[in-house]
Amino acid sequence: MIDPTSRAQLAAAAAARPAIEVARVTKAYRRFSHRKQFATLKSALLTRSLIKNLSPDETFTALNDISVTVPRGRTLGVIGRNGSGKSTLLKLVAGITKPSSGTVTVNGRVSALIELGAGFHPEISGRENVFINGIMLGLTKREVTKRFDEIVEFAELQEFIDAPVKTYSSGMYMRLGFAVAIHVDPEVLLVDEVLAVGDEGFTHKCLDKFAEFKRRGKTILLVTHSLGLVEQFCDEALWLDAGRVKGSGDPLRIVGAYRTDVGEREEQELAASDAKARETASAAIGSPADVAAVLPDNPVETATGPADMFRATEGRWGSREVEITDVTLVGEDGQAGHIFASGSRLDVRIRLRSPLPIDDFVIGIGIFNAEGVCAYGTNTSIEELVAERMSGDTEATFSIESLDLVEGTYKLDVAVHKLDGYPYDYHRLLYTFRVKSRAKDVGIYRPRHTWRFTGDVTFKDARR
Amino acid sequence: MLHNLAQLPRYRGLIQSLVARDLKARYRGSVLGFFWSFINPLLLLLVYTFTFTYVMTPPKGTDPYTLFMFCGLLPWTWFASSLMESSGVLIAGGNLIKKVLFPAEILPIVTVTANMVHFFLALPILVFFLIWYRAPLTVPELACFPLVVVVQYLFTIGCALILSALTVHFRDIRDILSNLLTLWFFATPIIYSYQYAPDLAKRFMNFNPFAHLAISYQEILFFPGPFGHWKWLAALGVGSILWFLAGYWVFDRLRDSFAEEV
Repeated sequence: MIDPTSRAQLAAAAAARPAIEVARVTKAYRRFSHRKQFATLKSALLTRSLIKNLSPDETFTALNDISVTVPRGRTLGVIGRNGSGKSTLLKLVAGITKPSSGTVTVNGRVSALIELGAGFHPEISGRENVFINGIMLGLTKREVTKRFDEIVEFAELQEFIDAPVKTYSSGMYMRLGFAVAIHVDPEVLLVDEVLAVGDEGFTHKCLDKFAEFKRRGKTILLVTHSLGLVEQFCDEALWLDAGRVKGSGDPLRIVGAYRTDVGEREEQELAASDAKARETASAAIGSPADVAAVLPDNPVETATGPADMFRATEGRWGSREVEITDVTLVGEDGQAGHIFASGSRLDVRIRLRSPLPIDDFVIGIGIFNAEGVCAYGTNTSIEELVAERMSGDTEATFSIESLDLVEGTYKLDVAVHKLDGYPYDYHRLLYTFRVKSRAKDVGIYRPRHTWRFTGDVTFKDARR
Repeated sequence: MLHNLAQLPRYRGLIQSLVARDLKARYRGSVLGFFWSFINPLLLLLVYTFTFTYVMTPPKGTDPYTLFMFCGLLPWTWFASSLMESSGVLIAGGNLIKKVLFPAEILPIVTVTANMVHFFLALPILVFFLIWYRAPLTVPELACFPLVVVVQYLFTIGCALILSALTVHFRDIRDILSNLLTLWFFATPIIYSYQYAPDLAKRFMNFNPFAHLAISYQEILFFPGPFGHWKWLAALGVGSILWFLAGYWVFDRLRDSFAEEV
């Protein structure tokens, strides 16, 4: 609630103080055990735990000792993984929830774009809802009347404004909600990941509106997963992780650090899921050679290969006269990993064990994209290497000079088999890696390329 | 608490438009629309009149029974439906409380106010019966009618605030409530007259705030003679202010938990 001081005093004070001041704020949510969840008034009265039940016992700390200051006219971007406390911070600044400890001070009228059209009543018309929503957000009736046409125009709903809101599509609903919230003309605007409400054109309009807010010296707090937006748009960035500030300051630096961290986490997750797939594949030793049993979620090991190689999913099969003991992907830095930049170097190291010396073998590799399309496949036989001898522990390295793939997740087939196809050890789609790229080009293959222009054509670099 | 209470008048406009929205939305899509505000009490009256004049004999001192009962039944409908609706109003308005900075006490107040408007809309029927039966009305007595309404409004808001706040934590209040209200209805002199109740019952009834409201309405509109119950009404008025403050206090204490519980 706003202090009952006079407007003039407020304005003077607001000019001097930062727009948002969050000082050492901790927010703990109660967590209910099952017993508590189903507590009734009767049982609460009987056990005299009415008051006790209403005070927190088990808690979950969503924010832990956070301090943030946003000076007037600045735009702060808040980033972080899901559950890191971004939205909680926003709700605290909006005044919807109260901090468990610490203080939140906001100077100036706040408008929070948390859920658009939260107060809309489905039965009444868009027109009436605009009025009520506007008044709820702090406007007077006269102010809404003055801005009404602008709101409707912004929402692109001129034709439908007198229809009941329940007949609106979700996009129309969101657009109207956004239009009302943005026309409240707040000094402090809080935005929680709501830009995905319309088509491209509408999103641009929203961004233009934000830019206009910035120009007019308003303060914006933006919670988003769109890192590009933070880089482009924000003066400062705040990175939250598990309820703590992990970094704050220059958006480029913070977003960079966050990207690295996300990469590391993805790396760990990929490694874990790969290990799990292989474990499941090896655990199923001795199951029948029924190929139909090779299910996507349940890779099994079979003695012979599937009849239709192209329809097979993850799995492992073969006689094991030669065994693939380990496959590692090594990047440019010489480190084993799962995430590689597009165009960088990639080595696939395959460790093999052949207890008895053999002379009939082919080592092969296949790269598939997430849809199962083969991006590339080759083997030693195709490349006219004639096998002579393999014995004991050996290592084969398939070295890719330049990983010219577009961004995405890819899977590997690694196999050793006889020249006639009889499998020794076939690892089907058991290795996953991810290709990262700044460019959002499409397809699978990215040829090395450049653009050249002649005549009166000029471009400028969109990247800063 | 007092600080928040002082903010309340600022939300007049919001309460007004929400009440208007409630009324509009309620009958949207029905053929008879606002006429339901007339028809509903009329049908209710018909049922009770049939039961108590045709099937049973009307209680002593209540002739004409239709008019007598209507004097108490209309305010009771306002009261009872206010409480029933307000018990679930915070949960229904969860979106507002969680996503918009919104003074939650507005919601139960809007519920009570909207039901008061329904009460007003049904008054023409009461006026019709008053004229039909040539009720002994006097100007000083009628001047007291708005006072009774104000007292009832305050008292009902007090109840609504407490109920709505507690229901957030104990959802079963909604289920208990309808039975409690039935009991309360029969403990209030609406279908029978206070004067002819046994002494013991009268003593109990004196503790029933709504009994005094019902008696006040009946003395003003039904019984001839001066408004003798004004002392009780004055006491109830003071009590209602305190009750409203108490309700607001409870609501304010629990306020911070709403956004997390609903």
